[in-house]
Amino acid sequence: MAEDPTNIDTEQKWPLDPEEYKRYGRQLIMPEIGLQGQLNLKSSSVLIVGVGGLGCPAAAYLAGAGVGKIGLVDGDTVEKSNLHRQILHSTATVGMSKVESAIKYLTSLNPTVKYVPHIAHVSTETTLDLFTPYDLVLDCTDTPASRYLISDTCVLLGKPLISASALRIDGQLMILNYPPLPPGNSKGGPCYRCFFPKPPSPESVTSCGEGGILGPVVGVMGVLQALEAIKLICAGINSEEPVESRDRPILHIFSGRPGATSPFQFRAIPFRGRKSNCAVCSSFATITKESLTSGSLDYQKFCGILNPVTALRAEERVSVEDFAESISKPMTEVRSAKRTDSRKYTVVDVREKVQFELGNLPGSINIPYSELCHVTRSDNVSMSAQKESSKDGQPTPAWVTTLSKTSPDASIYVICRLGNDSQLAVQKMKEYGLGKGSERFIADIKGGFSSWREMVDPTFPDY
Amino acid sequence: MASDTISITVEFTGGLELLFGNKKKHTVSLPGASKTKNPDITFLVNHLCENLMQDSRRELFVLDGGVRPGILVLINDADWELEGEEKYELQSGDHVLFVSTLHGG
Ligand SMILES: [Zn+2]
Repeated sequence: MAEDPTNIDTEQKWPLDPEEYKRYGRQLIMPEIGLQGQLNLKSSSVLIVGVGGLGCPAAAYLAGAGVGKIGLVDGDTVEKSNLHRQILHSTATVGMSKVESAIKYLTSLNPTVKYVPHIAHVSTETTLDLFTPYDLVLDCTDTPASRYLISDTCVLLGKPLISASALRIDGQLMILNYPPLPPGNSKGGPCYRCFFPKPPSPESVTSCGEGGILGPVVGVMGVLQALEAIKLICAGINSEEPVESRDRPILHIFSGRPGATSPFQFRAIPFRGRKSNCAVCSSFATITKESLTSGSLDYQKFCGILNPVTALRAEERVSVEDFAESISKPMTEVRSAKRTDSRKYTVVDVREKVQFELGNLPGSINIPYSELCHVTRSDNVSMSAQKESSKDGQPTPAWVTTLSKTSPDASIYVICRLGNDSQLAVQKMKEYGLGKGSERFIADIKGGFSSWREMVDPTFPDY
Repeated sequence: MASDTISITVEFTGGLELLFGNKKKHTVSLPGASKTKNPDITFLVNHLCENLMQDSRRELFVLDGGVRPGILVLINDADWELEGEEKYELQSGDHVLFVSTLHGG
């Protein structure tokens, strides 16, 4: 008996809403997605930790693809310096929490997705409860401590983790704890600790603020996280069926630099499975749900805290105010000048050349800190460095020669961006005998250009 | 019997290249073993510090005689832990990749 088609409830007749066929039509007709894939996406939930350069593009594509529920975790607010790469935020949302700013954009992109805000940084007290309602986690954070905590939580809860990172013109991506089998099951995917059992020293960790980051580079990595998430969800996150990428974990490396045959490079490095003595995913695990919530694990302490450099004595340092005063005096006021052509002071700016070129003090000379740390190898000695040799037979670095030529009674003031490298630079200068005993005053400028801008010249370029 | 010297390719990525003259790929000649043993990874790491590194901040590459935490060592594009860690004996033509993990996002 034929029914009148106009009487049939469309919600019962078709698995997706009419609007959804239109919205997702271009991916629905792909065999990789299809109706089942779309239904998987619709019933899935993804937690994105960090709504920055990785989290923004990842969230945009997952929302666009129709993931049912997206949780967003970040405790930061939008800054102007985020906008070149964090594409969900805008000039109008500077100062707003990143999570709220992102949800504002995502809601206009796809209002049918459920967005769950978590305006806070991840912490040991909250991660277990926070991650539990989600099927899949994306690590889009930017510190070692958060990366260990997120990975440990995913292992303890049996959630797959898509982890990415980027710096300067390079990016890395790994799918961790996939398949997400319980700790001790060697068939489960390795975790972050399997790759990196020990954290890097804080001195060896470079942030985007220090090293720089190119928008499209971190964008590529965030987009790849979304791609892998969609593939995982469509295949069925907990399905036992082998997926190609499951066979062996892979570290993906992207470089925006030209390679031998391409203007950019992708590289896939196959890795071992779980480490047999991993602290969280092996049968010898010491990290448990209980130890996580009891507060006995301090991830900040585990990764080390970078203390401000205190390499110099108080008398080897000058404040920006005192420095401003001493350089404002006309040259003729120099009382102890022995030679008429002598300068009373030399200002050495130890920021890298590219930063020096963004703005500098008139008359200052640029000797980048990396040059101060440069070691001249005997087989590639440059011509300028070969001219002079110090007592121990090592060639004298060119920068020492340059500074030796300044008048011995001219003070040397060393300045950098924040006041850390400048102290180490003063030490190096003294090691090379530029202090002439203690005849010459060599000091660093406390707080560097950050303090200079705050206390003396607010127009100095703030980058 | 090992030859006098073995030639390998060493590659740095993830910012480590900045410590090695901002050059990613290097061809390195290592003195081969006079007896039965070829130079291992520990030897290579020390050799790189002494002869190739152009930065005085050794702590950015080594710690306690091995590569510092946060650096992965891959021999011929495979995870070095499969190869017997720092005891892996290098062969002529080997490709050793040092990857520093990135943290930014
Ligand atoms: Zn593990």
